[in-house]
Amino acid sequence: MTQLALVIDLNVCVGCHACVTSCKQWNTSGDAGPLPDDNPYGANPTGVFFNRVQTYEVGKFPNTETIHFPKSCLHCEDAPCVPVCPTGASYKRKEDGIVLVDYDKCIGCKYCSWACPYGAREFDEHDKVMKKCTLCVDRIYDQNLPETERKPACVMACPPGARLFGDIHDPDSEVSSAIREQGGFALMPELGTQPSNHYLPRHKRKIPIHEDELVRVDSPLAKEEKKDYDEGSASLEDSASW
Amino acid sequence: MHPAFSVIFLTTLIGVGQGLFIAVFTAEYFNWIGLLNVEVDPMFYIIGGLVSLVFMAGGLLASFFHLGHPERAWRAASQWRTSWLSREVIALPAFMAIEFLYVLAHYLQFNEPTTIIIGIVGVIATFALFICTGMIYACLSFLREWASPLTIINFILFGLASGFIFATAYSAYANPAFVQTFGWFAVAFTVVVFITRSLSLSRNQKLKQKPKTTTQTAIGSHHTQVTQRSQGQMGGSYNTREFFHGKTEMFLKNMRGIFMVLVFPVPMILMGLGLSAGNPNLLLAAFVIQYVGLIAERWYFFAQVNHPQNLYYQTVS
Amino acid sequence: MSNTSNETIEVKNTTCYMCACRCGIRVTVKNGQVKYIQGNPEHPLNKGVICAKGSSGIMKQYSPARLNQPLKRKANAERGDSEFEAISWEEAFSILEERLAEIRRTDPKKFAMFTGRDQMQALTGLFAKQFGTPNYAAHGGFCSVNMAAGMIYTIGGSFWEFGGPDLERSKLFIMFGTAEDHHSNPLKMAISKFKRDGGRFISVNPIRTGYSAIADEWVPIKPGTDGALILAIIHEIINLGLYDREFLVQYSNSPHLVNLDENDDNFGMFVRNQEFKADEVHPQDQQWWDRNTNQAVDTHTEGADPYLLGDFKLEDGTPVKPAFQLLADRVKDYTPEWAAKITGIPVQTIKRLAHEMGITARDEMIELPIAWTDVWGNEQESVRGNPVSFHAMRGLAAHSNGFHSIRALSILMSLLGTIDRPGGFRHKAPFPRPIPPCPKTPNGPQGIKPNTPLGGMPLGWPADPNDLFVDEKGEAIRLDKAFSWEYPLSVHGMMHNAITNAWRGDPYSIDTLFIFMANMAWNSSMNTSEVRKMLNDKHENGEYKIPFLVVADAFQSEMVAYADLVLPDTTYLERHDVMSMLDRPISEYEGPVDSVRVPVVPPTGDCKPFQEVLIELGSRLKLPAFTTADGERKYKDYPEFVTNFETEPGSGIGFLAGWRGKGGEKFMRGEPNPKQWEMYANNNCVFQYELPKSYQYMRNWNKGYLTWAKNHALTRYTDPILIHIYSEVLQKFRLAAQGKYAGKQPPERLKERIETYFDPLPFYYSPLETQLSDTNKYPLNAVTQRPMAMYHSWDSQNAWLRQIHTYNYLYMSPKLGEEGGFDDGDWVWVESQHGKVRCMCRFSEAVEPGTVWTWNAIGKAAGAWNLENDANESRQGFLLNHLISEELPAGKHGEHMSNSDPITGQASWYDVQVRVYKAEETDADHSLPQFKPQKTVPGQAIRSKLVAFFAGGRK
Repeated sequence: MTQLALVIDLNVCVGCHACVTSCKQWNTSGDAGPLPDDNPYGANPTGVFFNRVQTYEVGKFPNTETIHFPKSCLHCEDAPCVPVCPTGASYKRKEDGIVLVDYDKCIGCKYCSWACPYGAREFDEHDKVMKKCTLCVDRIYDQNLPETERKPACVMACPPGARLFGDIHDPDSEVSSAIREQGGFALMPELGTQPSNHYLPRHKRKIPIHEDELVRVDSPLAKEEKKDYDEGSASLEDSASW
Repeated sequence: MHPAFSVIFLTTLIGVGQGLFIAVFTAEYFNWIGLLNVEVDPMFYIIGGLVSLVFMAGGLLASFFHLGHPERAWRAASQWRTSWLSREVIALPAFMAIEFLYVLAHYLQFNEPTTIIIGIVGVIATFALFICTGMIYACLSFLREWASPLTIINFILFGLASGFIFATAYSAYANPAFVQTFGWFAVAFTVVVFITRSLSLSRNQKLKQKPKTTTQTAIGSHHTQVTQRSQGQMGGSYNTREFFHGKTEMFLKNMRGIFMVLVFPVPMILMGLGLSAGNPNLLLAAFVIQYVGLIAERWYFFAQVNHPQNLYYQTVS
Repeated sequence: MSNTSNETIEVKNTTCYMCACRCGIRVTVKNGQVKYIQGNPEHPLNKGVICAKGSSGIMKQYSPARLNQPLKRKANAERGDSEFEAISWEEAFSILEERLAEIRRTDPKKFAMFTGRDQMQALTGLFAKQFGTPNYAAHGGFCSVNMAAGMIYTIGGSFWEFGGPDLERSKLFIMFGTAEDHHSNPLKMAISKFKRDGGRFISVNPIRTGYSAIADEWVPIKPGTDGALILAIIHEIINLGLYDREFLVQYSNSPHLVNLDENDDNFGMFVRNQEFKADEVHPQDQQWWDRNTNQAVDTHTEGADPYLLGDFKLEDGTPVKPAFQLLADRVKDYTPEWAAKITGIPVQTIKRLAHEMGITARDEMIELPIAWTDVWGNEQESVRGNPVSFHAMRGLAAHSNGFHSIRALSILMSLLGTIDRPGGFRHKAPFPRPIPPCPKTPNGPQGIKPNTPLGGMPLGWPADPNDLFVDEKGEAIRLDKAFSWEYPLSVHGMMHNAITNAWRGDPYSIDTLFIFMANMAWNSSMNTSEVRKMLNDKHENGEYKIPFLVVADAFQSEMVAYADLVLPDTTYLERHDVMSMLDRPISEYEGPVDSVRVPVVPPTGDCKPFQEVLIELGSRLKLPAFTTADGERKYKDYPEFVTNFETEPGSGIGFLAGWRGKGGEKFMRGEPNPKQWEMYANNNCVFQYELPKSYQYMRNWNKGYLTWAKNHALTRYTDPILIHIYSEVLQKFRLAAQGKYAGKQPPERLKERIETYFDPLPFYYSPLETQLSDTNKYPLNAVTQRPMAMYHSWDSQNAWLRQIHTYNYLYMSPKLGEEGGFDDGDWVWVESQHGKVRCMCRFSEAVEPGTVWTWNAIGKAAGAWNLENDANESRQGFLLNHLISEELPAGKHGEHMSNSDPITGQASWYDVQVRVYKAEETDADHSLPQFKPQKTVPGQAIRSKLVAFFAGGRK
């Protein structure tokens, strides 16, 4: 059984927001759109986005870590937003595990968003239905796109390549390998939602220094020693005049 | 959570309606089994049932204001297998239908036990509706303030208390023989819900001390100090509007104070006075004041929830 | 994508312009509306990725801030009031033609042209030169000229467009003072791969955001002290012998003998073999002291091996030392303990950084099986590299001690043996260039003549005090005083002085100030409030002190309100454009690259690409480059100009390097190809040439490369470009100040300043502003940086991007709140000796406690960019620039010395010292200063309250 998901590599995410606006522009003109922006040129502009990048600080100066943190729907395996929906508008696809909203069925009761602990859903006050990340379901199967581009817009855009896409139920996929090999983790695991999206943690690289390896015998300084230019050492020969 | 008045009115109004029906039927049932021996004009049951239906309809109307597409509301019955909201969407009109049958039966002068049977089915439907309504909130296991049997118990008891107070006032005008019965039930329910609501308040207080979900689990960090610096937008979003009450801590505390006073002691005093003095206006006042208090209580019920998603929306920059 | 009967879908490749990275993009247009902008997977620079800004191009294209019509200030309206009437292009051109022709006929320098962060300097510079005015510059002097100058005067190249870290093979990468977006997408891709391949990334920065967030180690440094850190590291490297001796001997002037006879006029210059052939342009006549024969020999003598340390006497008794010995002497006292006190970095960390760099460079040497030949004829079997790389930008540059700090960094990179080597630093064509590069300004008033092109370039690279652009008194000829004794090596001009000097009439008044894409009435100025007043200021007779102001821009910036004439530019999706080798190319390490933009959608309203405006003006003014021999107009339009223009008739060098020659078969040099634009458009709008491997490394000394570069017109000479560890260029200026150098000498008041700062070796000094500040009263540093999702002031008119950065906070350590008694999010005053600003604070653990900072240019003036008057950018946002002065407090060097690096004139906006304190409740609920709301101008679209963008028609 396929479960498509994203893996977000926090080790290389620089917080550039590429995933935020590339998602917005793809989806606003696509099947999941339009995505409105209220007061776009006024005070407190607020719009519907499927993906946001947040920033957290961990620790205290000077040991602070700054974590840039993208967040979008995690397409949970046990998605709490699905059983609570009264109309069935919120559903999880059997064929690939993507959680979607059927705009034609949604009555805008917002119950699904109450059930989501991650705040992954945003209500469109104009269309009056709930909207969220679709894992670009309209891209990933589109035969009119070259195969390399049948990926979510955010994955294609990400400059450091911090977003991986694939089937986490396939042990040989890039995403599964990354999760296994780099300690990929789920958000709020204690809630039992089994998010499909995983995050890869930071790891640090150090260079160990051994003090006794700093100076070598063949160090360049050795060549600066002034040689003994043997023009003959001084001797009585030079001084005596007899 | 951001308390939505549409839902506040929905649950308080149908609570009254449900409690009123139980009260009216209790009178008929007690009469039938001989616990009471009161002369009753069927209009008592008819008007009582109709008023209850008005409360139910009022709540239903309020609920439509909560929907983005009320014209599709009929779809909401389809997921009863998994969704408590869907079940409520069935239970609410089902109860109203049964209640309407009950009223009709009395209007058409069917005799007992027909009306009693309909009534018992109605009582079952009432409790089913109470449970569905309560479970909508209680089934969300990580909204810990709600995820407790106390949520359902409180819904039931508030509904019964407010319904029975209304019934007391109603019978003071329509059939004074029931006033004492209804009155003492109302007082009893109010006293019990005072206890259960206080229990849930203190339980919720304790929840703050040992949160299950933290910023650490939210972003996967094992450090003791994790602070959000930016939530990704600066003008607000659905996440900052729907899940935050937007008021100060002081405001919240005041609301709690208000409802504790308006739901419990004041109506009880008015009830006591009204029952002893036989003054229907005091009884009506007791209902009105308790209802206003219930609005505040329901507001507080929503505002008090700390949704885990709020961990992702702490700081703007 | 579906293509139903009533849908037209077009897909075109072009180049992004949301920042200066210039990634290749693929734009999908549906029914004439831009639908989707993705990275072009086939573009060598970004390989399909695209950032937040690039992805938001749609909202830039359709922003209501766009200017759509040429405008003229209404007759009785004041500047700054935004009272304009729409005019035709014909009228605009007539006004300009008449006025500029008169200026050109009488006194060309009265026409001043300053541009912002554009990439059109090849064309704008050409226009200015053809016009005959020296008063031209782009934004570099305001931005990061120190980075360019400090490195180019040392290694013949610099970072960003000119060169960068080879992260593909590097193992240790150290980044200094880099803002989040510099070099943007390619750097993001490279750092990610570098980390995933196991590299170690260290970031030295007072703030931990962006790239620094993913560094393995963050070294929080006090702003302006990086020079001290680097010099201490050099001290440690030399002491432990961790430098690459062979590299320094062969490829730098480290072993060259310096004359130390104090009585000699050539004191501090290299000793030279007097018998050398005088006809060689760059005679290799300097001297080594040979270890083998214990005597002075010509450098690179076969079989010779020089000392780097020691002191010697020439045959004629002249005391000499190798340059490297002088460097060692210089850094003797720059110990890690000394640097720790200045930088705030622990001693152990400083030592460890030096050890990590030295050990990695020494022990992790790479060898590539690439044979190459050096300029001395030696055939090398391989290319070696020491895999330690660096990147640095404005954090080092925007200080008045930046030039020397950056020289120190370049020297460190050279000591580690990493210049143009794998795993280290690699040049990008057209670099490496000679030290210094050849272009020069005129060196006296004779270079400016009416109706004549300038006798030199408007901007150049002084090699010698006699190259300075000064009059007989030694005073400045340029309006901004660049290339004068006040700022001799100001190779990118000094935009930040232009308005102030024009207003003050010092060195002279001008007539027309022409501004392109530069928001000088706001974030591209220090001391913004005063500058706005100057733009408006009048003489007693009612005439404006700056008589005529022309602003060309695509959007209604704060500067537009002050214009007398507004020329609406197109967006990048609507025009042809060139990223030329003559300007700031997008070359890769492997070889030259240039690119173009082609229109994807037609111009909006009455917008005209600015390039077309210049071609039209140039033609009307009959500037020689735009006029045939018969006096007729030479070029129909900009694309035709680009195709056919040659730097000299028959030179074969034009704006674009690709597909030259009659059939497009040549590159770099060739006849104009009429189909050149087509060929670019068919090739992802980019031309890329990959050099043969043997030419790709060691290019400063690579015979094959230098010959190729000369044959392909990249460079004039094939002489080796030895690294200037010791800078004779600077020493010449010092000698001039001491009266020992023949030719021009500085005015008396500047002699001490020149003598002090023109030191042939880097030294550390506290920033000038700091020296003139009361650091007890103002103990904190204040800096700004650019967020990843916005570029300069360019993006607040963008409906999507402004939701990410709607206003700004002043970030600071919680300690400041404890001391000052205020909380996170409170209103505070931040105050310098020049002014104060009211803003909100945000506590952060990711900033060193002595620094406060905010994002650049998020704060806006009310009404600008067609935002509502109560938009957060103006109500809560703030601009730190108000605290910074473009001039230093009056001191011994003059009353109006620019707040700049004394060597390059780099605007030193990171030097400001501030204090922070709580704002009283009564001080209102918005930021200060506030400005009167700017009105919209004719032709602007109405702002909507709701945007629900669905390209190409209703859903």
